[in-house]
Amino acid sequence: MGKGKTLFWLIPVLLIIVLIPPVTGSVTTREGVFLILMYVTLAVSLNIILGYTGYVSFGHIVFYGIGGYVAFYLMKFHGIHLIPAMILGGVGAAMAAFALGEAVLRLRGAFFAIATIGVNEAVKALVNNLNFIGGAEGLFFNFRIYKAYGGAARAIWFSYYTMAALTIITVIAAYLIKKSKFGLGLMAIREDEDAAIILGVNAKRYKSLAYAASAFFPGMVGAVFFFKAGNIEPHDAFHLIKSIEMIFMVMLGGYGNVTGAVTGALVYERLKGFLLVNPLFKNLHMAISGVILLLIVLFTPQGIIGFIREKSKKLREILE
Amino acid sequence: MILQTEDVTKTFGGLVALSDVTFQVEEGEILGIIGPNGAGKTTLFNAISGVFKIDKGRVKFKGKDITSLPPNARARLGIARTHQIVKPLNDLTVVENVMVGACFGKGNASLPEARKKAQEVLEFVGLAEKGEILAGKLNVPEKKRLEMARALASDPDVILLDEVLAGLNPMELSSMLEVVKAIKEKGITILMIEHLMHAIMNVSDRVMALVYGRKISEGTPEEVANDPQVVEAYLGDPDLALKLLKDKRRSG
Repeated sequence: MGKGKTLFWLIPVLLIIVLIPPVTGSVTTREGVFLILMYVTLAVSLNIILGYTGYVSFGHIVFYGIGGYVAFYLMKFHGIHLIPAMILGGVGAAMAAFALGEAVLRLRGAFFAIATIGVNEAVKALVNNLNFIGGAEGLFFNFRIYKAYGGAARAIWFSYYTMAALTIITVIAAYLIKKSKFGLGLMAIREDEDAAIILGVNAKRYKSLAYAASAFFPGMVGAVFFFKAGNIEPHDAFHLIKSIEMIFMVMLGGYGNVTGAVTGALVYERLKGFLLVNPLFKNLHMAISGVILLLIVLFTPQGIIGFIREKSKKLREILE
Repeated sequence: MILQTEDVTKTFGGLVALSDVTFQVEEGEILGIIGPNGAGKTTLFNAISGVFKIDKGRVKFKGKDITSLPPNARARLGIARTHQIVKPLNDLTVVENVMVGACFGKGNASLPEARKKAQEVLEFVGLAEKGEILAGKLNVPEKKRLEMARALASDPDVILLDEVLAGLNPMELSSMLEVVKAIKEKGITILMIEHLMHAIMNVSDRVMALVYGRKISEGTPEEVANDPQVVEAYLGDPDLALKLLKDKRRSG
């Protein structure tokens, strides 16, 4: 374990990406980078439960939805500013994950993965039927809400910078978790949960905490995303495809690895952009992603970064 | 008395794996546990380390009833074990494997402390130069040493060794026995399951024999080896027992 060498280049790279839109002033680029940052944050946080701990949270998008709804509700009905609403959204998602974890994390392997899909669908059905948060139609912002941020245009830039800060914080937090004693315990659980328990790891507690941590950041991402969108509805908030995309990004880049999750998110965003605008593939992008995922799992289960790490000892320390 | 069990009983469906097993271990001794395949030796270790709930009976550690504690809590109190079927954390390095033991066992070390401890322990079991290799890449005798290193790194009071000698060649066997003796010299109490009669009779202070989940004999290696019940149920051949005893006298 090196001493944070990975962050010394990874954070500057992310900062450069973040600075492209304000420097060029291009709104199109800003939208693209916003999406990249969102993907990076989602992938890096999913990695905590999927990559470090070895539990495939298939319905992970549920926490993005929960965070989004909590924050949206607070902003719309209580006039709370985006930042505190976002933090509360994250806390709500983390608490939901912790409580769920105590129940669902008893399941291992495929059973856990299926249970998390069930949780996502159940929450979606519940929200569809809760009238105080808009039911199936969802909630809309009144445009006056953006006035507090100096108008809609400025509010969007504000949400952009918030997302950027969130991404940087998430990457640092995920890295610190990996390098901590807590992280070592999680990786022991991933490798062999029974052995980890015998060695003294409180697996039950650790798994729930890891699940909460990996839900906290997506909860905040949901808050920022739906603030920027101006409306939230169950179909968007709990969209299972987004869950699959998150898993794809982590597996593509390399699970258990912060650089891997970031790389996976960057590559996926480019890939998706390419496939969506290409007339030949535009309806097939999930199918093609699926084929790629299959190839990764079959031939380089350690992902792009995992593959490089295995080949080069020198690069290993700076690709964690 | 550091560890004791009272009437420990465990059944799996209709199979009685352990039946009213009562025994005690004194601090600092090596207790050998012998018995034919399926006698319940590993089940007994599982009962002590808390892998499953026992149906009846109690397990006490340092006078404290630990029967209802989960395995991780027992590890924290100072009970470490190795597995007969090795359980390396494959994608972590050897050092990291040992650090897990140091961090989460009784020692409760911080990461830098754990790293130091891991180096020390790996030196002790003779794996020092393999530290940065992934644990999955070790061969079986090395994995057994790793199991031992992880258990030792936790600074345990009692260590349960489940067939650490099985499948080793004579060279590896004698160096592993040296390690076992060195663990004892550190003041750590050892319970060891072993099929290699020569080795276990040689190294144990006391021996306990299990057959079909029951304790049939307990005492010094000589006493157990001479016990007609053990000879009949386990060794089958009285002459072999005599021969073993002679070996023991010669080397002891």
